Amino acid sequence: MDFSFGDDQVMLRNAVRALLAHECPPEVVRAAWESDTGRTDGLWAALAEMGVVGMTAPTSVGGLGMDETDLVLLLEEAGRAALPEPLLEHTAVGIPTLAEAGGPVADAWLERAAAGEATLGAGPADGYAVGAAACDLVLLIGDQVGAVPVDGATLVEHRSIDGSRRLFEVGGDAVVLDADPALAFDRAAAAAAAQCAGVAQHLLEATVEYAAQRFQFGKPVGSYQAVKHHLADAALKIEFARPAAHHAAWCIAVGDSDRSRDVSLAKALASEAVDLAARTALQCHGAIGYTYEHDLHLWMKRGWALSAAWGDAAWHRNRIAAALGI
Amino acid sequence: MDLSFTAAEEAFREEARTWLAENVPAEPLASMDTPDGFEEHRAWEHVLFDAGWGVVSWPRRYGGREASLVEWLIFEEEYWASGAPGRVSSNGVSLLAPTIFDFGTPEQKDRFLVPMARGDEIWAQGWSEPDAGSDLAGINTKAPRDGEHFVIDGQKTWCSRGAFADWFFCLVRTDPHSERHAGLSYLLVPGDTEGLEARAIGRLDGEPGFAELFFDGARVHERYLLGGEGEGWAVAMATTGSERGLNLRAPGRFVAAADRLVGLYRELADSRGPDLDRRDQVVGAWMGAQAYRWQTYATESRLRGGAPIGSEASFMKVLWSELDVELHATALRLLGRDGERADSSWMDGYVFALSGPIYAGTNEIQRNIISERVLGLPRR
Ligand SMILES: Cc1cc2nc3c(=O)[nH]c(=O)nc-3n(C[C@H](O)[C@H](O)[C@H](O)COP(=O)(O)OP(=O)(O)OC[C@H]3O[C@@H](n4cnc5c(N)ncnc54)[C@H](O)[C@@H]3O)c2cc1C
Repeated sequence: MDFSFGDDQVMLRNAVRALLAHECPPEVVRAAWESDTGRTDGLWAALAEMGVVGMTAPTSVGGLGMDETDLVLLLEEAGRAALPEPLLEHTAVGIPTLAEAGGPVADAWLERAAAGEATLGAGPADGYAVGAAACDLVLLIGDQVGAVPVDGATLVEHRSIDGSRRLFEVGGDAVVLDADPALAFDRAAAAAAAQCAGVAQHLLEATVEYAAQRFQFGKPVGSYQAVKHHLADAALKIEFARPAAHHAAWCIAVGDSDRSRDVSLAKALASEAVDLAARTALQCHGAIGYTYEHDLHLWMKRGWALSAAWGDAAWHRNRIAAALGI
Repeated sequence: MDLSFTAAEEAFREEARTWLAENVPAEPLASMDTPDGFEEHRAWEHVLFDAGWGVVSWPRRYGGREASLVEWLIFEEEYWASGAPGRVSSNGVSLLAPTIFDFGTPEQKDRFLVPMARGDEIWAQGWSEPDAGSDLAGINTKAPRDGEHFVIDGQKTWCSRGAFADWFFCLVRTDPHSERHAGLSYLLVPGDTEGLEARAIGRLDGEPGFAELFFDGARVHERYLLGGEGEGWAVAMATTGSERGLNLRAPGRFVAAADRLVGLYRELADSRGPDLDRRDQVVGAWMGAQAYRWQTYATESRLRGGAPIGSEASFMKVLWSELDVELHATALRLLGRDGERADSSWMDGYVFALSGPIYAGTNEIQRNIISERVLGLPRR
């Protein structure tokens, strides 16, 4: 029983954190909101350069042969930076699912996906695939996993409250992959949980910083107990959501028999944590947090979106009930 | 990261489970807050200790089996899942013993640890006073030195099972002119000291589980001073880390209670049909227990890596105490009109759970600690 991450995992996390601190400041996220694709100029390429984009692919196709326990900290970083790039769809879901399926679709796409030359999208079959128009191949996950090449697919676009998330209904001829749809879904839900935890952590830190320097009645507002206790409650939710998210990643990596139940535990806790963090952050900022100019909304909206994506808290709580036989 | 248990850990779990299945009393014991129940629980401590299960993580020379922290967490999971009785020795074993290990002299260790662990000497905590609750540094019980003795005058209160306990660990003002955190000392006081009187107070359940302690010139020898004279605050703070965090309330207790709650829902749903609102509350309790479990194993890994357990213990204290209330409240809602029945163990559990957010530092105080010491918000 050892929850600690290895030196390599921590080094990779630190490298990604440093990259995102430099290359993914709020201005870049805002620019992505305004861009055609919802994505940034060059960040995906930089992550590909580091090996992150293809890290979950087998080394035989040029990946790093890493698993969910290697990826989970990076997903948290993506959340902390509100990174508008498809780390969840491509790296956490697309590549491992193609690798599991094998066959002609994998032969055609996996190597290019590992190199970052082709981008994989993913979405629930009855929902939206984020950023599909800028992808090359989209996996639709329902009773089975279908692969739809974007070239030739019909795409119906909807706007998301998070301007970097372009939502697409994807139609077209799907090739059914020989991959477990429940596993593919769990990969996505667990990755979303890790991102939620990262978004929540940023919201908390940004609000602590703000509350310490905003003065009212001659004192920092962060010295008032009502504000402190709001923030302590948000911190509590995050403190207990993160280990569950790490555990969920491990369950996927090793094929644990309680995987689906414990992925649901992680996603429900993380959704609840980010929901509370967003509410708390806004309340403790006051009106400045309610503006479009202030950066807070970039994370709040990402939090709202991720909290609901791949099963919201209520959905996952129902799935836990089913797993408990009640 | 490897979140599986080793073969040795699994074997340890199996050994504990087997022993508990064979030895846990079939009938629940009387409440440990009653004179008879207290002695029944004491006898159970003897059984546990003599079989090597009383203090699994302690050194062998004091009756332990030098189990790792992970093994101790496993033991707690098995212990509570087996339906075994509450631990009447726990204030001593969980709160005082870690302090003795850290601050005690070799003589004190040899004198106190084994009788404590075996339940031969059961300890109670004498910290709170009528005018010093959350603000513990406001304590006013004086114990100036007189030669080799300290002479205690004052009053303690809310002392759990103080009416039956054999020994008390007390925080007192050995420098009578000192204020706040200075001048305090940590004294170990024999229950039969002349000038000490313990008077029972009924708790919420009506049982005499609290005591007031009246000290009137009670003389305690200096060999019973734990840590340095005047350094009681630092010594006491070491205890609060144990009280809030891992030691007193390990996740196994709540995991087992949540599993029983799931069983209760299942049983009632079989006869009355499903109730999705209440089912969701049951799931919420189960999730809380699991979240605490994984967070504790994660914390253990950090500790093994050399990190200290600091104010993070406050996260745990808030979590387990509020979870415990919710879990039992959910059970009572499931029971409906039967919830109020006084013979229901869920009602007993609810009444006890309600004290969790108060003792061991109230949850408001814990939230102050989280916001100021973990998040770094300004104190004023
Ligand atoms: C079941 C039980 C067992 C106990 N066992 C023992 C024992 O064995 N030995 C022992 O010494 N003590 C024991 N206690 C006492 C316990 O430690 C105290 O009850 C606790 O420290 C709170 O003190 P108080 O009751 O005086 O409440 P107060 O300190 O008077 O608090 C009253 C209310 O005010 C709030 N409050 C106080 N200060 C602040 C602040 N700064 N910020 C925000 N809110 C604040 C509190 O949170 C609480 O809600 C026990 C208590 C219970 C309920």
